Amino acid sequence: MNNRPVHEDYVAPNVNIFETPEGYTLQAEMPGVGKDGLEITLEGTEITIVGRRTPETTAGEALFRERATADYRRVFELDPAIDTSKVSARIEQGILTVTLPKSERVKPRKITVD
Amino acid sequence: MNLLRWQTPGLTAFAGLSSLRNEIDRLFDAPLSELGRASQFLTGSAPALDVYEDKDNFVVKAEVPGMEKEDIDVNLHDDILSISGERKKEKLENAQTHRTERFFGRFQRTVNLPAPVVAEKVSGQYKDGILTITLPKAEEAKPKQIDVQVN
Repeated sequence: MNNRPVHEDYVAPNVNIFETPEGYTLQAEMPGVGKDGLEITLEGTEITIVGRRTPETTAGEALFRERATADYRRVFELDPAIDTSKVSARIEQGILTVTLPKSERVKPRKITVD
Repeated sequence: MNLLRWQTPGLTAFAGLSSLRNEIDRLFDAPLSELGRASQFLTGSAPALDVYEDKDNFVVKAEVPGMEKEDIDVNLHDDILSISGERKKEKLENAQTHRTERFFGRFQRTVNLPAPVVAEKVSGQYKDGILTITLPKAEEAKPKQIDVQVN
């Protein structure tokens, strides 16, 4: 039994991560989170995604509950090829999509000699 | 109420089975892999749901992120609510997959409502990936106040 103290009550969202030659795409499932609940931080070599659920007021009593109440959080190590200034994100129907383009590769150039 | 879903009691009870996953996590995540998973590995095809009741309605909230409204089917028959759909896998050209934890494919949940509801007045809303279905109770199912005359 783990008795490690947990400071904050978070749950890790399921993610899909794809890589193309242009960059990475990360999709995280965060049902219940809207644009206002998103907090994405880039620090050093890490990206932290936090999704806070929009507070719900439901009338009545709960007969049955399975849904988590915790907010979402997950941290990823970034590939150094990613250009952190070009990272963008959007959220739609509970799916956060983060686009992380890779830096422009320095193309080999021929140097002309005068 | 007859709800079909296998729920693992908690992360620690299945710590042994999860350890392979945790090993892979350590390659990618910062050392926070002890955080609970949003949905454990046994659930993919059964969206989590809550059922609430107040004096006039039942409210069912199901987590089905990433769907188009038109692709979610909600059926009511004999006071049994059924939510189903198919999440289609997106085809990404030229992509190498590093991780796929998200579920794709058909899903279904059934809820036996404890009391009759008025089918024509059932309404639904899909926002932030949560499907909220409000089912007004039939008159005979609502609690009634009875005045007791004492002579």
